[in-house]
Amino acid sequence: MDAVVLGLEDGWQYVVPGYAITFGLIGIYAVWVVRRGRKLSAELPDDERRFLD
Amino acid sequence: MTRVTTTQSEDAKSAKSKAPRDAFGTASKLTRVFGVAAFVLTSALLVFALVISPPEVIQGESVRLFYIHVPSAIVSLYLAFSITLVGSIIYLRKKSIFWDLMAGAAAEIGVIFCAITLITGMLWGRPTWGVYWKWDPRLTSTAVSFLLYVGYLAVRKLELPPHVRRQRAAILGIISFANLIIVRYSVQWWRSLHQGTTLDPVDTQLDGSMLFSFFLGMLAMIAIGAWLLVHRFRVAWMEERKAEQSLAAAIVERQSEGRS
Repeated sequence: MDAVVLGLEDGWQYVVPGYAITFGLIGIYAVWVVRRGRKLSAELPDDERRFLD
Repeated sequence: MTRVTTTQSEDAKSAKSKAPRDAFGTASKLTRVFGVAAFVLTSALLVFALVISPPEVIQGESVRLFYIHVPSAIVSLYLAFSITLVGSIIYLRKKSIFWDLMAGAAAEIGVIFCAITLITGMLWGRPTWGVYWKWDPRLTSTAVSFLLYVGYLAVRKLELPPHVRRQRAAILGIISFANLIIVRYSVQWWRSLHQGTTLDPVDTQLDGSMLFSFFLGMLAMIAIGAWLLVHRFRVAWMEERKAEQSLAAAIVERQSEGRS
């Protein structure tokens, strides 16, 4: 199947991967940062997390 | 013995469930505000950019990449890397660890958004110019910026005394910013395939839903960047505290070995 059959003509074949990569990359990075934060937070005493005040 | 272990485990679980949600992780009221804003703006962006805004007369549907490509570039090159510059200068003047960590967190987010800028630019370039990549001044200088800040992040991971590592990173954070001036003016200094100023405040070529989609893209990317920056800074802060604790524990252990 080519792009025309899939209805991806006129640039959609570039737009869809562009948005998928953009929000996929941000999503993966966000999950990594939040998980790392939770892991470190559980390993440190409360007074070492003063930034939350 | 088994009963005691089970009870301790249950106590730990109970304490964790009773603790406020913010006690675990890097979330706070501030990140919730940024998070909700990022979610709402991104949802609106997807609707406007992919459904409501019309295709462009010459570029067709591929113009929709504009609504994420340019905002990503602005967040990366002009906002995140500027924070790295400011943080680096303040670190060198005041030796502030806060600003060193802020500079590192901003650089990491800048690198992510710079990668998005390069990828969406390549995807937009293929239908517009006929090629994914061209050694054009704007593209090349942006790629150089990406590599410079990847190098900056690598310097931050070097096995050096902390003050030496921070100082070298701060110097590189300042030097790297000079290339952003080349990125900014490359389309004026050299002949370039890349278009010049996207939005001329006097005579903008965009109107209606296209202009609105672009501003939604800007606000969404700024909200996402701010949310990521606060979280990433707090992670860096805790990494710093954990490294200090590990060092202190190692010193105590070495001293006790020496006495025995």
